[in-house]
Amino acid sequence: MATIKYIDVIQVEKRMNMRVMVNTIARALFLLATCFGIIVLAILLYRVFSEGLSWININFLTNKLSTDPAIAGILGAILGTVWLMIVVAPVTMILGIGTAIYLELYAKKGFIQTLIRTNIANLAGVPSIVYGILGMTVFVRALGMGNIVLAGGLTMSLLILPITIVASQEAIRAVPSHLSEGSYGMGATKWQTIKNIILPAAIPSILTGAILSLSRAIGETAPLVVIGIPALLIPLPGSIMDKFTVLPMQIYYWTLDSTMVAEYANLAAATIIVLLVLLLILNMTAIIIRNKYQKTY
Amino acid sequence: MSEKKKKQNVRQLIEEKNKSQNFNRKLEKSIPVLLFLIASLSVLTTIGIVYILVSESFHFFKEVSIVSFFTGTVLKPLSQNPQFGVLPLLMGTLTSTFIAILVALPIGLMSAIYLSEYAPNNVRKICKPILEVLAGIPTIVYGFFAFTFVTPLLKYVIPGLDATNILSPGIVMGIMIIPMIASLSEDAMTAVPNSMREGALAMGSTKLEVVFKVIIPAALSGIIASIVLAISRAIGETMIVTIASGSSKNFTFDITQSMQTMTAYIVEVTGGDAPAGSTIYYSLYAVAMTLFIFTLLMNLSATYIAKKWKEEYE
Repeated sequence: MATIKYIDVIQVEKRMNMRVMVNTIARALFLLATCFGIIVLAILLYRVFSEGLSWININFLTNKLSTDPAIAGILGAILGTVWLMIVVAPVTMILGIGTAIYLELYAKKGFIQTLIRTNIANLAGVPSIVYGILGMTVFVRALGMGNIVLAGGLTMSLLILPITIVASQEAIRAVPSHLSEGSYGMGATKWQTIKNIILPAAIPSILTGAILSLSRAIGETAPLVVIGIPALLIPLPGSIMDKFTVLPMQIYYWTLDSTMVAEYANLAAATIIVLLVLLLILNMTAIIIRNKYQKTY
Repeated sequence: MSEKKKKQNVRQLIEEKNKSQNFNRKLEKSIPVLLFLIASLSVLTTIGIVYILVSESFHFFKEVSIVSFFTGTVLKPLSQNPQFGVLPLLMGTLTSTFIAILVALPIGLMSAIYLSEYAPNNVRKICKPILEVLAGIPTIVYGFFAFTFVTPLLKYVIPGLDATNILSPGIVMGIMIIPMIASLSEDAMTAVPNSMREGALAMGSTKLEVVFKVIIPAALSGIIASIVLAISRAIGETMIVTIASGSSKNFTFDITQSMQTMTAYIVEVTGGDAPAGSTIYYSLYAVAMTLFIFTLLMNLSATYIAKKWKEEYE
C-alpha cells in the first residue's frame, strides 16, 4: 500500500528556499532604488558646491551684474527676489486665506463650492509656463505694466495661490469645532468667531503653508522667462514699479552662456548655492513655526 | 446738572452701541460677499487662461489652418515661408516625457514598495524627508545639472551625443519626478489595511508575494493616478528641457539629437521679442493651448482614476 503524499516536503522546501531568496534579492533591489534618489541628490549638491563655493564672497553678494566674471555680483538678483516677495507674500496670503475661509466656513454645499474646489484642484496642475503666458498677456501687455516687479509678483501669486489655498483650508479644518462652538455659545457672531478664535488657532499652520508656497515662487523660473526679464544690465530695483531680475533668472542666463565663457558655469553654481541656502532658511522657518506654535487640541 | 449730564451720557452710550451694532451687522453681512469675491478670483484665473489661449489661438488659426498645424512635421517660424507644424514639438515633449517615465517609474515604484513594505521605521523617517528635498529643488537647478553634468557624463557612453540633446533632460526630469511617484504611490500602499497583509503572510506568502499579489492590486488606482500626474508634470516642465535640449525643431526618433518641446518653444518665442500681432507671436498661444489641453486631460483622468477605480476596504 503506497503512502499518499499530500505534501511533498522536499519539493516544498526547494521552492520555499527559492521564494525566500527571490524575496531577499528584491528587497535589496528596492533598497537600492530608494538610495538612487539620495545618491543623485548627493552628487547634485556636491557638483554645485564644488563648482560654486569658492566663488562666493562679499563682492559676489554685493556687486552688480557684469559681463566680466571676476567682478560680477548678484546684488540685483537678490534685491529683485526680495522685491518680488514683497508683492507675492501679501497678495497670496490675503487671497489664499480669504478663499480658504470662504470655502471652509461660509460656502454652502452645492454647485458653487464644488465648482471652486474642482477649479482649484485643476489650477494646481496647470504648468507654470501657462501662468507666465497669462501674466504676459494680462499684466505686462493688456494692462501695460511692462516687465516690472508688480507684474511678475502678481503672476507668481496666481501660480502659488492653489497651494496656499489648500494649505490654509487644511489648517482651518484642523481647528476643533468645540472652540468655535464655545465662541458661538458666548454670543459671538460668525465673523467675530473667525477673527478671534479660528484664525488665531489656525495661523501657525497657515503660515507654514504660505512660507512653503513662497519658497516655490522663489525657485520658479519659467513664468518670469515668459514675462520677459531682460538678460541685460539693469539698475537695482527700488520699488515694485521697477524692472528686475531674480536669482533663478540669473542662473538661467549664466548656464546658457557658460558655453561661451566657462566661468559663467561657476557663477551659476554660486548663485544656485545662494538660492538653495535661501530656500533652506525659509523651510527651516516653516518647520520651526510649525513645531513651536502648533497646538494639538 | 450732573443728573442731566448722566442722562445724556446714557443716551449717547445707547446711540453709540446702536451704531456699533449696526456696523457689526453690516460687517457680518459684507464679509461673506467680500470673501466670495476673493474666492471667485481663482475661477476667474481659469476663465482668463482659457479665454486668452482660445481667443489668441483663433487669430493664429485664421492664418494657419488647424489641420496643417496639427499634422505638419515642419516647424520653421522664422524662415521666408514660415511653416507651423506642431508635430516636432509634440515629438520633443512626448520623447522627453517617455524617457523621464522610463527612469522614474521603476525607481519611484520600487522606492515606494521599499518605504511602505520593507523599511524599518527609522530608515523610513530618514529616507522620506531626503526624497522630499529632491522634490523641493528648483527646476532651474536640475537644468544646470543636466547641462553641465549629465550631458558631459553621457558623452563618455555615447560619443555621438550632441551638446544639447533630449536624452539628458529626459533622464534628469525622471529624477525630478521620482519623489512624486514614490510618495503618492507609497501613500496608496500604506492605505491598504494591515489585515490584508497579515492574511497573506499567514497563508505563507513571502513579503514580495504579498506586495505583488495583494498590495499592488489593492493600491493600483492610487499608483496609476500618481504615474499620470507625473506624466502631466513632465509634459509641463520647462526649464530643464529649455536649457539642456536646445531649440532645434527636429522631427526625429533620435534621442541623441536636440529636440524642442512645446514649453521650450514658448520660452524661445517670448524670449526672442516676437512682435505682438505677428503669426509667430500667435503661434505661441496655439502651442500653449495644446500644452494646456494635454496637461488638463492628464490631471482630470488622474482624479477620475483615483476616484472611480478605488478599491474600498474595511
